[in-house]
Amino acid sequence: MIELLIILAKIILIVGPLMGAVAYFTYAERKIIGYMQVRLGPNRVGPKGWGQPIADAVKLMFKEIVVPAQSNRYLFLLAPVLSIAPSLAAWAVVPFGDGLVLADIDASLLYILALTSTGVYGIIVAGWSANSKYSFLGAMRSAAQVVAYEIAMGFALVGVLIAAGSLNLREIVLAQQGGIWHWYFLPLLPLFLVYYISGVAETNRAPFDVAEGESEIVAGFHVEYGGMAFAVFFLAEYANIILVSMLVSLLFFGGWNSPFEGIWGLETLFGWVPGLVWLLVKTSFFMFTFLWLRATFPRYRYDQIMRLGWKVFIPVTIVWLLVVGVAVVGDLPPWWG
Amino acid sequence: MLDNYLPILVFIAIGIAFGVGPIFAGFILGPHRPDAEKLSPYECGFEAFEDSRMAFDVRYYLVAILFILFDLEIAFLFPWAVVLDQLGWFGFWAMVVFLGILVIGFIYEWKKGALEWE
Repeated sequence: MIELLIILAKIILIVGPLMGAVAYFTYAERKIIGYMQVRLGPNRVGPKGWGQPIADAVKLMFKEIVVPAQSNRYLFLLAPVLSIAPSLAAWAVVPFGDGLVLADIDASLLYILALTSTGVYGIIVAGWSANSKYSFLGAMRSAAQVVAYEIAMGFALVGVLIAAGSLNLREIVLAQQGGIWHWYFLPLLPLFLVYYISGVAETNRAPFDVAEGESEIVAGFHVEYGGMAFAVFFLAEYANIILVSMLVSLLFFGGWNSPFEGIWGLETLFGWVPGLVWLLVKTSFFMFTFLWLRATFPRYRYDQIMRLGWKVFIPVTIVWLLVVGVAVVGDLPPWWG
Repeated sequence: MLDNYLPILVFIAIGIAFGVGPIFAGFILGPHRPDAEKLSPYECGFEAFEDSRMAFDVRYYLVAILFILFDLEIAFLFPWAVVLDQLGWFGFWAMVVFLGILVIGFIYEWKKGALEWE
Protein backbone atom coordinates (compact mmCIF):
# COMPACT_ATOMS: atom_id res chain seq x y z
CA MET A 1 0.00 0.00 0.00
CA ILE A 2 2.76 2.42 1.00
CA GLU A 3 4.62 1.33 -2.12
CA LEU A 4 1.63 2.15 -4.26
CA LEU A 5 1.36 5.61 -2.71
CA ILE A 6 5.02 6.29 -3.41
CA ILE A 7 4.50 5.26 -7.05
CA LEU A 8 1.47 7.53 -7.25
CA ALA A 9 3.44 10.45 -5.82
CA LYS A 10 6.20 9.88 -8.37
CA ILE A 11 3.69 9.72 -11.21
CA ILE A 12 2.17 13.01 -10.06
CA LEU A 13 5.69 14.47 -10.00
CA ILE A 14 6.00 13.54 -13.68
CA VAL A 15 2.48 14.25 -14.93
CA GLY A 16 2.04 17.55 -13.04
CA PRO A 17 5.01 19.35 -14.61
CA LEU A 18 4.17 17.67 -17.93
CA MET A 19 0.67 19.14 -17.91
CA GLY A 20 2.08 22.54 -16.96
CA ALA A 21 4.57 22.22 -19.81
CA VAL A 22 1.78 21.34 -22.24
CA ALA A 23 -0.31 24.33 -21.12
CA TYR A 24 2.54 26.79 -21.45
CA PHE A 25 3.80 25.16 -24.63
CA THR A 26 0.52 26.15 -26.27
CA TYR A 27 1.09 29.68 -24.97
CA ALA A 28 4.69 29.63 -26.23
CA GLU A 29 3.46 28.39 -29.59
CA ARG A 30 1.05 31.25 -30.08
CA LYS A 31 3.49 33.82 -28.75
CA ILE A 32 6.55 32.61 -30.70
CA ILE A 33 4.70 32.15 -33.98
CA GLY A 34 3.12 35.54 -33.33
CA TYR A 35 6.50 37.22 -33.03
CA MET A 36 7.83 35.31 -36.04
CA GLN A 37 4.95 36.76 -38.06
CA VAL A 38 5.39 40.25 -36.53
CA ARG A 39 2.26 39.97 -34.38
CA LEU A 40 1.98 40.19 -30.62
CA GLY A 41 0.20 36.92 -29.90
CA PRO A 42 -2.11 36.58 -26.89
CA ASN A 43 -1.57 39.49 -24.48
CA ARG A 44 -4.91 40.20 -22.81
CA VAL A 45 -5.37 37.62 -20.01
CA GLY A 46 -3.06 38.46 -17.15
CA PRO A 47 0.33 40.17 -17.48
CA LYS A 48 1.61 39.68 -21.05
CA GLY A 49 -1.04 37.03 -21.60
CA TRP A 50 0.39 34.56 -19.07
CA GLY A 51 -3.12 33.60 -17.97
CA GLN A 52 -4.15 32.55 -21.48
CA PRO A 53 -3.67 28.75 -21.15
CA ILE A 54 -5.69 28.70 -17.91
CA ALA A 55 -8.44 30.78 -19.49
CA ASP A 56 -8.50 28.38 -22.46
CA ALA A 57 -8.74 25.36 -20.17
CA VAL A 58 -11.62 26.89 -18.18
CA LYS A 59 -13.43 27.85 -21.37
CA LEU A 60 -13.13 24.33 -22.80
CA MET A 61 -14.34 22.88 -19.51
CA PHE A 62 -17.65 24.76 -19.77
CA LYS A 63 -18.29 23.99 -23.44
CA GLU A 64 -20.88 21.48 -24.54
CA ILE A 65 -19.61 18.09 -25.70
CA VAL A 66 -21.59 17.38 -28.83
CA VAL A 67 -22.02 13.71 -29.68
CA PRO A 68 -23.30 13.53 -33.26
CA ALA A 69 -26.57 11.63 -33.65
CA GLN A 70 -25.28 9.15 -36.23
CA SER A 71 -22.01 8.43 -34.48
CA ASN A 72 -21.09 5.28 -32.57
CA ARG A 73 -21.21 7.12 -29.29
CA TYR A 74 -19.15 4.77 -27.13
CA LEU A 75 -16.33 4.54 -29.64
CA PHE A 76 -16.65 8.27 -30.15
CA LEU A 77 -15.98 8.92 -26.47
CA LEU A 78 -13.38 6.15 -26.23
CA ALA A 79 -11.18 7.66 -28.96
CA PRO A 80 -9.76 10.60 -26.92
CA VAL A 81 -8.89 8.19 -24.11
CA LEU A 82 -7.12 5.88 -26.58
CA SER A 83 -5.12 8.81 -27.75
CA ILE A 84 -4.05 10.32 -24.41
CA ALA A 85 -3.41 7.15 -22.37
CA PRO A 86 -0.40 5.98 -24.44
CA SER A 87 1.02 9.48 -24.81
CA LEU A 88 1.10 9.85 -21.03
CA ALA A 89 2.00 6.26 -20.13
CA ALA A 90 5.08 6.39 -22.36
CA TRP A 91 6.61 8.79 -19.83
CA ALA A 92 6.86 5.97 -17.28
CA VAL A 93 10.23 4.86 -18.63
CA VAL A 94 11.72 8.23 -19.63
CA PRO A 95 14.83 8.87 -17.50
CA PHE A 96 15.36 12.44 -16.31
CA GLY A 97 18.82 11.76 -14.93
CA ASP A 98 21.06 8.87 -13.94
CA GLY A 99 18.67 6.82 -11.80
CA LEU A 100 16.00 9.50 -11.95
CA VAL A 101 13.38 7.30 -13.60
CA LEU A 102 10.04 5.84 -12.55
CA ALA A 103 10.49 2.38 -14.07
CA ASP A 104 14.03 1.39 -15.00
CA ILE A 105 13.19 -1.53 -17.29
CA ASP A 106 15.52 -3.13 -19.79
CA ALA A 107 13.12 -2.90 -22.70
CA SER A 108 12.27 0.77 -22.20
CA LEU A 109 12.82 1.79 -25.82
CA LEU A 110 10.66 -1.10 -27.01
CA TYR A 111 7.97 -0.03 -24.55
CA ILE A 112 8.01 3.54 -25.88
CA LEU A 113 7.87 2.34 -29.48
CA ALA A 114 4.93 0.09 -28.62
CA LEU A 115 2.97 2.80 -26.84
CA THR A 116 3.53 5.54 -29.38
CA SER A 117 2.34 3.10 -32.06
CA THR A 118 -0.87 2.58 -30.10
CA GLY A 119 -1.69 6.27 -30.55
CA VAL A 120 -2.83 5.62 -34.11
CA TYR A 121 -5.89 3.75 -32.81
CA GLY A 122 -7.14 6.98 -31.25
CA ILE A 123 -6.95 8.66 -34.64
CA ILE A 124 -8.64 5.91 -36.62
CA VAL A 125 -11.38 5.26 -34.02
CA ALA A 126 -12.12 8.99 -33.76
CA GLY A 127 -12.37 9.42 -37.50
CA TRP A 128 -14.50 6.37 -38.09
CA SER A 129 -16.89 6.64 -35.16
CA ALA A 130 -17.83 10.27 -35.81
CA ASN A 131 -19.53 9.22 -39.07
CA SER A 132 -18.63 12.46 -40.80
CA LYS A 133 -16.93 12.68 -44.19
CA TYR A 134 -14.31 15.15 -43.09
CA SER A 135 -13.23 13.22 -40.05
CA PHE A 136 -13.21 9.96 -42.01
CA LEU A 137 -10.93 11.39 -44.70
CA GLY A 138 -8.77 13.06 -42.07
CA ALA A 139 -8.41 9.81 -40.16
CA MET A 140 -7.42 7.88 -43.29
CA ARG A 141 -4.80 10.46 -44.13
CA SER A 142 -3.36 10.72 -40.63
CA ALA A 143 -3.29 7.00 -40.04
CA ALA A 144 -1.51 6.26 -43.34
CA GLN A 145 0.97 9.04 -42.67
CA VAL A 146 1.65 7.96 -39.09
CA VAL A 147 2.26 4.31 -39.98
CA ALA A 148 4.45 5.27 -42.96
CA TYR A 149 6.75 7.38 -40.81
CA GLU A 150 6.69 4.85 -38.01
CA ILE A 151 8.78 2.53 -40.19
CA ALA A 152 11.48 5.12 -40.82
CA MET A 153 11.39 5.94 -37.10
CA GLY A 154 11.81 2.29 -36.14
CA PHE A 155 14.76 1.83 -38.49
CA ALA A 156 16.41 4.95 -37.05
CA LEU A 157 15.99 3.49 -33.55
CA VAL A 158 17.65 0.24 -34.68
CA GLY A 159 20.71 2.33 -35.57
CA VAL A 160 20.80 3.76 -32.04
CA LEU A 161 20.51 0.24 -30.63
CA ILE A 162 23.44 -1.01 -32.70
CA ALA A 163 25.54 1.93 -31.51
CA ALA A 164 24.59 1.65 -27.84
CA GLY A 165 24.11 -2.12 -27.57
CA SER A 166 21.17 -1.71 -25.19
CA LEU A 167 17.41 -1.14 -25.20
CA ASN A 168 17.55 0.65 -21.85
CA LEU A 169 17.29 4.43 -22.25
CA ARG A 170 19.58 5.06 -19.28
CA GLU A 171 22.29 2.86 -20.75
CA ILE A 172 21.88 4.51 -24.16
CA VAL A 173 22.56 7.89 -22.54
CA LEU A 174 25.50 6.52 -20.54
CA ALA A 175 26.98 5.10 -23.75
CA GLN A 176 27.17 8.68 -25.07
CA GLN A 177 29.32 9.93 -22.20
CA GLY A 178 32.63 11.63 -22.87
CA GLY A 179 31.92 14.93 -24.57
CA ILE A 180 29.82 16.41 -27.32
CA TRP A 181 31.57 14.47 -30.13
CA HIS A 182 30.47 11.19 -28.54
CA TRP A 183 26.80 12.09 -28.81
CA TYR A 184 25.07 9.99 -31.43
CA PHE A 185 23.94 12.86 -33.60
CA LEU A 186 27.42 12.91 -35.17
CA PRO A 187 27.97 9.24 -36.08
CA LEU A 188 24.25 8.75 -36.71
CA LEU A 189 23.56 12.12 -38.35
CA PRO A 190 21.26 10.78 -41.12
CA LEU A 191 19.36 8.68 -38.58
CA PHE A 192 18.97 11.68 -36.28
CA LEU A 193 17.50 13.78 -39.11
CA VAL A 194 15.19 10.95 -40.16
CA TYR A 195 14.09 10.39 -36.58
CA TYR A 196 13.39 14.03 -35.88
CA ILE A 197 11.50 14.67 -39.12
CA SER A 198 9.54 11.43 -38.63
CA GLY A 199 8.73 12.65 -35.13
CA VAL A 200 7.26 15.82 -36.62
CA ALA A 201 5.24 13.76 -39.09
CA GLU A 202 4.14 11.27 -36.41
CA THR A 203 2.62 14.03 -34.31
CA ASN A 204 0.83 15.42 -37.39
CA ARG A 205 2.54 18.77 -37.04
CA ALA A 206 3.30 21.36 -39.72
CA PRO A 207 4.66 21.01 -42.38
CA PHE A 208 3.12 17.50 -42.36
CA ASP A 209 -0.28 18.52 -41.01
CA VAL A 210 -2.42 17.57 -44.03
CA ALA A 211 -4.70 15.78 -41.58
CA GLU A 212 -5.92 19.16 -40.44
CA GLY A 213 -5.32 21.08 -43.63
CA GLU A 214 -7.85 23.77 -42.71
CA SER A 215 -8.64 24.67 -46.28
CA GLU A 216 -9.43 21.08 -47.30
CA ILE A 217 -10.83 18.93 -44.51
CA VAL A 218 -11.30 21.43 -41.67
CA ALA A 219 -9.74 19.87 -38.55
CA GLY A 220 -9.25 16.32 -39.79
CA PHE A 221 -10.14 13.37 -37.61
CA HIS A 222 -11.29 15.44 -34.61
CA VAL A 223 -13.60 17.82 -36.47
CA GLU A 224 -16.70 16.58 -34.60
CA TYR A 225 -15.16 16.93 -31.14
CA GLY A 226 -15.81 19.88 -28.90
CA GLY A 227 -15.20 20.96 -25.33
CA MET A 228 -13.20 18.65 -23.09
CA ALA A 229 -13.28 15.79 -25.61
CA PHE A 230 -11.35 18.00 -27.99
CA ALA A 231 -9.08 19.21 -25.18
CA VAL A 232 -8.02 15.63 -24.47
CA PHE A 233 -6.87 15.18 -28.10
CA PHE A 234 -5.07 18.47 -27.81
CA LEU A 235 -3.29 17.41 -24.61
CA ALA A 236 -2.26 14.14 -26.24
CA GLU A 237 -0.81 15.89 -29.28
CA TYR A 238 1.28 18.28 -27.20
CA ALA A 239 2.39 15.60 -24.74
CA ASN A 240 3.59 13.66 -27.79
CA ILE A 241 5.53 16.65 -29.09
CA ILE A 242 7.30 17.01 -25.76
CA LEU A 243 7.95 13.25 -25.69
CA VAL A 244 9.53 13.29 -29.16
CA SER A 245 11.72 16.26 -28.19
CA MET A 246 12.77 14.47 -25.02
CA LEU A 247 13.58 11.27 -26.91
CA VAL A 248 15.66 13.13 -29.49
CA SER A 249 17.71 14.69 -26.68
CA LEU A 250 18.10 11.33 -24.94
CA LEU A 251 18.90 9.21 -27.98
CA PHE A 252 21.01 11.57 -30.05
CA PHE A 253 22.11 14.48 -27.85
CA GLY A 254 23.56 12.82 -24.79
CA GLY A 255 20.53 13.25 -22.51
CA TRP A 256 21.68 14.74 -19.23
CA ASN A 257 25.38 14.82 -20.20
CA SER A 258 26.92 18.27 -20.20
CA PRO A 259 27.93 19.59 -23.64
CA PHE A 260 31.18 20.90 -22.11
CA GLU A 261 32.42 17.50 -20.95
CA GLY A 262 36.12 17.10 -21.69
CA ILE A 263 36.63 20.73 -22.73
CA TRP A 264 39.29 22.32 -20.55
CA GLY A 265 38.05 25.24 -18.42
CA LEU A 266 34.42 25.15 -19.54
CA GLU A 267 33.90 21.74 -17.92
CA THR A 268 34.69 23.01 -14.41
CA LEU A 269 33.03 26.36 -15.09
CA PHE A 270 29.71 24.65 -15.81
CA GLY A 271 30.33 21.66 -13.51
CA TRP A 272 27.70 22.83 -11.00
CA VAL A 273 24.81 22.63 -13.51
CA PRO A 274 22.68 19.55 -12.74
CA GLY A 275 22.15 17.03 -15.53
CA LEU A 276 18.39 17.57 -15.47
CA VAL A 277 18.92 21.18 -16.56
CA TRP A 278 20.96 20.11 -19.60
CA LEU A 279 18.28 17.60 -20.54
CA LEU A 280 15.53 20.19 -20.24
CA VAL A 281 17.52 22.78 -22.20
CA LYS A 282 18.00 20.29 -25.05
CA THR A 283 14.34 19.25 -24.92
CA SER A 284 13.19 22.88 -24.97
CA PHE A 285 15.34 23.53 -27.99
CA PHE A 286 13.70 20.72 -29.95
CA MET A 287 10.26 21.84 -28.80
CA PHE A 288 11.14 25.28 -30.11
CA THR A 289 12.14 23.84 -33.49
CA PHE A 290 8.68 22.29 -33.77
CA LEU A 291 7.25 25.83 -33.62
CA TRP A 292 9.98 27.20 -35.84
CA LEU A 293 9.15 24.61 -38.53
CA ARG A 294 5.48 25.51 -38.32
CA ALA A 295 6.17 29.22 -38.75
CA THR A 296 8.63 28.67 -41.60
CA PHE A 297 7.45 25.96 -43.98
CA PRO A 298 4.36 25.74 -46.15
CA ARG A 299 2.35 22.53 -45.92
CA TYR A 300 3.52 19.52 -47.92
CA ARG A 301 1.21 17.93 -50.43
CA TYR A 302 0.03 14.45 -49.47
CA ASP A 303 1.86 12.64 -52.27
CA GLN A 304 5.04 14.51 -51.30
CA ILE A 305 4.69 13.35 -47.70
CA MET A 306 4.30 9.72 -48.72
CA ARG A 307 7.19 9.97 -51.17
CA LEU A 308 9.46 11.40 -48.47
CA GLY A 309 8.50 8.70 -45.99
CA TRP A 310 8.74 5.66 -48.26
CA LYS A 311 11.17 6.58 -51.01
CA VAL A 312 13.67 8.77 -49.18
CA PHE A 313 13.71 7.91 -45.48
CA ILE A 314 13.51 4.12 -45.69
CA PRO A 315 16.40 3.72 -48.21
CA VAL A 316 18.51 6.25 -46.29
CA THR A 317 17.99 4.47 -42.98
CA ILE A 318 18.67 0.98 -44.41
CA VAL A 319 21.97 2.19 -45.92
CA TRP A 320 23.01 3.91 -42.72
CA LEU A 321 22.14 0.83 -40.64
CA LEU A 322 24.69 -1.12 -42.68
CA VAL A 323 27.26 1.66 -42.27
CA VAL A 324 26.78 1.67 -38.50
CA GLY A 325 26.84 -2.13 -38.40
CA VAL A 326 30.19 -2.25 -40.23
CA ALA A 327 31.60 0.45 -37.93
CA VAL A 328 30.50 -1.34 -34.75
CA VAL A 329 31.50 -4.87 -35.75
CA GLY A 330 34.75 -3.73 -37.37
CA ASP A 331 35.62 -1.43 -34.42
CA LEU A 332 36.27 1.44 -36.81
CA PRO A 333 37.61 4.76 -35.49
CA PRO A 334 36.86 7.49 -34.62
CA TRP A 335 33.77 6.39 -32.63
CA TRP A 336 34.13 2.67 -32.21
CA GLY A 337 37.92 2.31 -32.40
CA MET B 1 12.67 -7.66 -11.86
CA LEU B 2 8.98 -7.88 -12.60
CA ASP B 3 8.01 -5.36 -9.91
CA ASN B 4 9.70 -2.73 -12.10
CA TYR B 5 6.62 -3.07 -14.27
CA LEU B 6 4.15 -2.18 -11.50
CA PRO B 7 4.74 1.61 -11.88
CA ILE B 8 4.05 1.22 -15.61
CA LEU B 9 0.74 -0.46 -14.95
CA VAL B 10 -0.21 2.32 -12.53
CA PHE B 11 0.91 4.93 -15.03
CA ILE B 12 -1.27 3.43 -17.77
CA ALA B 13 -4.22 3.54 -15.36
CA ILE B 14 -3.47 7.21 -14.63
CA GLY B 15 -3.25 7.89 -18.36
CA ILE B 16 -6.70 6.38 -18.89
CA ALA B 17 -8.02 8.41 -15.95
CA PHE B 18 -6.60 11.54 -17.58
CA GLY B 19 -8.72 10.77 -20.62
CA VAL B 20 -11.91 9.74 -18.81
CA GLY B 21 -11.80 12.40 -16.07
CA PRO B 22 -11.86 15.57 -18.20
CA ILE B 23 -14.55 14.19 -20.54
CA PHE B 24 -16.67 13.30 -17.54
CA ALA B 25 -16.08 16.76 -16.06
CA GLY B 26 -16.99 18.31 -19.40
CA PHE B 27 -20.32 16.46 -19.42
CA ILE B 28 -21.10 17.69 -15.90
CA LEU B 29 -19.96 21.29 -16.27
CA GLY B 30 -20.98 21.96 -19.86
CA PRO B 31 -24.49 22.76 -21.05
CA HIS B 32 -26.78 20.21 -22.76
CA ARG B 33 -28.96 21.72 -25.43
CA PRO B 34 -28.99 19.27 -28.32
CA ASP B 35 -31.00 19.87 -31.47
CA ALA B 36 -31.19 18.09 -34.80
CA GLU B 37 -28.96 20.59 -36.58
CA LYS B 38 -26.28 20.50 -33.93
CA LEU B 39 -26.17 16.72 -33.86
CA SER B 40 -25.89 16.29 -37.61
CA PRO B 41 -22.40 15.66 -39.00
CA TYR B 42 -20.45 18.72 -40.06
CA GLU B 43 -20.71 19.40 -43.77
CA CYS B 44 -20.08 22.89 -45.09
CA GLY B 45 -23.49 24.51 -44.89
CA PHE B 46 -25.77 21.94 -46.51
CA GLU B 47 -27.58 18.86 -45.23
CA ALA B 48 -25.45 15.74 -45.03
CA PHE B 49 -25.93 13.48 -48.04
CA GLU B 50 -24.85 9.88 -48.66
CA ASP B 51 -23.29 7.66 -46.07
CA SER B 52 -19.97 8.90 -44.76
CA ARG B 53 -18.68 5.32 -44.43
CA MET B 54 -17.83 5.41 -48.09
CA ALA B 55 -15.40 3.37 -50.15
CA PHE B 56 -11.86 4.65 -49.78
CA ASP B 57 -8.78 4.50 -51.95
CA VAL B 58 -7.18 1.06 -52.08
CA ARG B 59 -3.77 2.66 -51.55
CA TYR B 60 -4.54 3.24 -47.89
CA TYR B 61 -5.07 -0.50 -47.60
CA LEU B 62 -1.80 -1.12 -49.39
CA VAL B 63 0.03 1.20 -47.00
CA ALA B 64 -1.41 -0.72 -44.06
CA ILE B 65 -0.18 -4.06 -45.47
CA LEU B 66 3.29 -2.70 -46.25
CA PHE B 67 3.42 -1.23 -42.77
CA ILE B 68 2.82 -4.63 -41.19
CA LEU B 69 5.63 -6.17 -43.27
CA PHE B 70 8.16 -3.50 -42.45
CA ASP B 71 7.19 -3.19 -38.82
CA LEU B 72 7.65 -6.92 -38.38
CA GLU B 73 11.04 -6.50 -39.98
CA ILE B 74 11.94 -3.88 -37.38
CA ALA B 75 10.75 -6.18 -34.62
CA PHE B 76 13.20 -8.80 -35.96
CA LEU B 77 16.01 -6.24 -36.13
CA PHE B 78 15.66 -5.07 -32.53
CA PRO B 79 17.15 -8.07 -30.71
CA TRP B 80 19.82 -8.44 -33.38
CA ALA B 81 20.85 -4.79 -33.02
CA VAL B 82 21.30 -5.06 -29.25
CA VAL B 83 23.82 -7.93 -29.44
CA LEU B 84 25.44 -7.15 -32.78
CA ASP B 85 28.72 -6.25 -31.09
CA GLN B 86 29.04 -9.78 -29.69
CA LEU B 87 27.77 -11.54 -32.81
CA GLY B 88 30.61 -10.24 -34.96
CA TRP B 89 30.80 -10.57 -38.74
CA PHE B 90 28.73 -13.76 -38.94
CA GLY B 91 25.76 -12.01 -37.33
CA PHE B 92 26.27 -8.98 -39.52
CA TRP B 93 26.26 -10.94 -42.80
CA ALA B 94 23.29 -13.02 -41.71
CA MET B 95 21.29 -9.84 -41.29
CA VAL B 96 22.60 -8.43 -44.59
CA VAL B 97 21.06 -11.46 -46.33
CA PHE B 98 17.82 -10.90 -44.43
CA LEU B 99 17.77 -7.19 -45.26
CA GLY B 100 18.68 -8.03 -48.87
CA ILE B 101 15.53 -10.11 -49.26
CA LEU B 102 13.53 -7.24 -47.76
CA VAL B 103 15.13 -4.76 -50.14
CA ILE B 104 14.27 -6.96 -53.14
CA GLY B 105 10.64 -6.87 -52.02
CA PHE B 106 10.89 -3.13 -51.50
CA ILE B 107 12.26 -2.59 -55.01
CA TYR B 108 9.49 -4.79 -56.41
CA GLU B 109 6.72 -2.79 -54.76
CA TRP B 110 8.42 0.45 -55.79
CA LYS B 111 8.54 -0.66 -59.46
CA LYS B 112 4.96 -1.93 -59.22
CA GLY B 113 3.91 1.58 -58.25
CA ALA B 114 2.56 0.71 -54.82
CA LEU B 115 4.25 3.81 -53.41
CA GLU B 116 2.86 6.25 -56.00
CA TRP B 117 0.36 8.88 -54.91
CA GLU B 118 -0.56 11.33 -57.60
